[in-house]
Amino acid sequence: MIERTPLLNILSHVILLSGLLVILFPIWLAFVAATHTLQAVNSAPIELLPGDQFWINVKAAWQESDFGPKFVNTLIVSVGVVVGKITLACITAFSLVFFNYRGRMLIFWLIFITLMLPLEVRIVPTYAVAANALQPFQVLLDVTGLTSLITWLSGIEIALEWNLLNSYTGLILPLVATATGTFLYRQFFLTIPDELVEAARMDGAGPLRFLWDVLIPLSKTNIAALATIMFVYAWNQYLWPLLVITDRANYGMVVVQLSDLVPDALTTGGGTPNWHYAMAGTLIVMLPPIAIVIFMQRWFVRGLINTDK
Amino acid sequence: MRRAYFKFSWVAMALLAPQLLIIFVFFYWPSAQAVYWAFTLEQPWGGGNTWVGFENFRNVLSDPYYWASVRVSVIYALGTTALAMVMAMTLAVFVDRQLAGYKAYRVALIWPYAIAAPAVGLAFRFVFNPNAGILSYVNTVAPGLWDPTQSAAQAVLTVVIAGAWKQVAYSFIFFLAALQSIPRSLTEAAAMDGARPLRRIWDLQLPLLTPTIFFLLVINITDSFTDSFGIVDTLTGGGPFRATDLMVYKIYADGFRGFDYSGAAAQSIILMLLVMALTFVQFRYVERRVHYT
Repeated sequence: MIERTPLLNILSHVILLSGLLVILFPIWLAFVAATHTLQAVNSAPIELLPGDQFWINVKAAWQESDFGPKFVNTLIVSVGVVVGKITLACITAFSLVFFNYRGRMLIFWLIFITLMLPLEVRIVPTYAVAANALQPFQVLLDVTGLTSLITWLSGIEIALEWNLLNSYTGLILPLVATATGTFLYRQFFLTIPDELVEAARMDGAGPLRFLWDVLIPLSKTNIAALATIMFVYAWNQYLWPLLVITDRANYGMVVVQLSDLVPDALTTGGGTPNWHYAMAGTLIVMLPPIAIVIFMQRWFVRGLINTDK
Repeated sequence: MRRAYFKFSWVAMALLAPQLLIIFVFFYWPSAQAVYWAFTLEQPWGGGNTWVGFENFRNVLSDPYYWASVRVSVIYALGTTALAMVMAMTLAVFVDRQLAGYKAYRVALIWPYAIAAPAVGLAFRFVFNPNAGILSYVNTVAPGLWDPTQSAAQAVLTVVIAGAWKQVAYSFIFFLAALQSIPRSLTEAAAMDGARPLRRIWDLQLPLLTPTIFFLLVINITDSFTDSFGIVDTLTGGGPFRATDLMVYKIYADGFRGFDYSGAAAQSIILMLLVMALTFVQFRYVERRVHYT
């Protein structure tokens, strides 16, 4: 505090509190809706204070959406994406920084350009690739005439197929490439002094040993920061699992269940909308990433600011 | 630059391979596929695709629904970005004064970032629903005055508000970090010269925030063009009467519900070019023009 400004302090609190009100009010209303009965939640003056139906509604929403196995699936996918992204970012950046070979800049740019190709804009062909992840290679073989050459030589017809639809691999693999993570690791590796590399080489450590014993312990804060934002990112995926998983009973993710909770003509058949269940489900789905962000706040903020700047 | 390297060996290639394979299969191949689809048309009785030149683009660009979708996407992008950034900046400036309750304010403004877009959409669908939502009061006085399921303008307004609400936390985090990196000595020097807190906001903090403002401007606009699917899908489903059919949503609907791969691909290419242009602007101009030390 530089000077005493009692009037301005009061004004600041007023502004901050009204900002807080704008941010918290919609979620408060959703929470209140989740604590009332069907009649109360659909009566015209909106309820502003919570009722006593919270656990009943949560239980009903939980059963209706079968959230149990979906939480397990979402956890598997989120952890898979986090581990995959961090591993890929780390080893790619390691190769780019600690080895000297031609074409490093080209590879760096190839990864960089993926920033301009978000999933949403290439969604239809990416879905087609997920139906057969080996299709690109098949086409390359066909076009170069290798397929017919091999058939002619050995009599074996080459038909590569690897269907990723309705599988954990299909949920995880297309999401693990990470330009931002690779940059973050590259920035970090560039700050490692040459002397450290020389010392390791003098002690007879190969590149992999250096990576595992020296760099990974040094990059723990990086890992924590990246893991937090990547977990939230993976948990909140919606469009991709919506398309790739048709077998929701076995591979469904929690966020996708929200599309079934929307009380429109399809789900209520023109009846009274189940807002109390819908809002209870919404709260269930949003809770885990919120908990992560609040408890890991320091890492989360650092990760976000480092990866995007 | 680095002087000490490891000896080049197969290890370097093996470490690169996984990520390169993945971006080839899931980024470059689909993008190339989109280009191929955009310039060809599938034959109705099989027999592969035939080259049609710019025909798909001509069809898309002469479709009034497409232009309506572009229009509402631009409204959405500008509306959410402006609302979210003004609000985030105002709140960050006052949180940065570190009054009592500073930490509580900070947490309360950060956590909405963690909420999934479709959850935001569903929550706002309830909050703004005409029968039992926050504006149902209006309808008890004048029935039918507020109904985003019927009125296009009101539906767009709800989508913009929900989108902006979701974006506030992200911008807030960046503004606050930028404000906190302003050296304390600068603030103290300004105070010594007699600048009161409000004057310091205008003449010191805001000018020093310009790089952050430009950065967030581009990022927010890009995000609202590409990342709006979740909100629209649970909030309005693109309706009423396609009023909130944002570009990403239209690509999804045309591709997966209409099975019009070529049309969807042409739209994807246009959106891709838009994203590239925005990213280019960000790296080319924003990073260079606005700097301070």
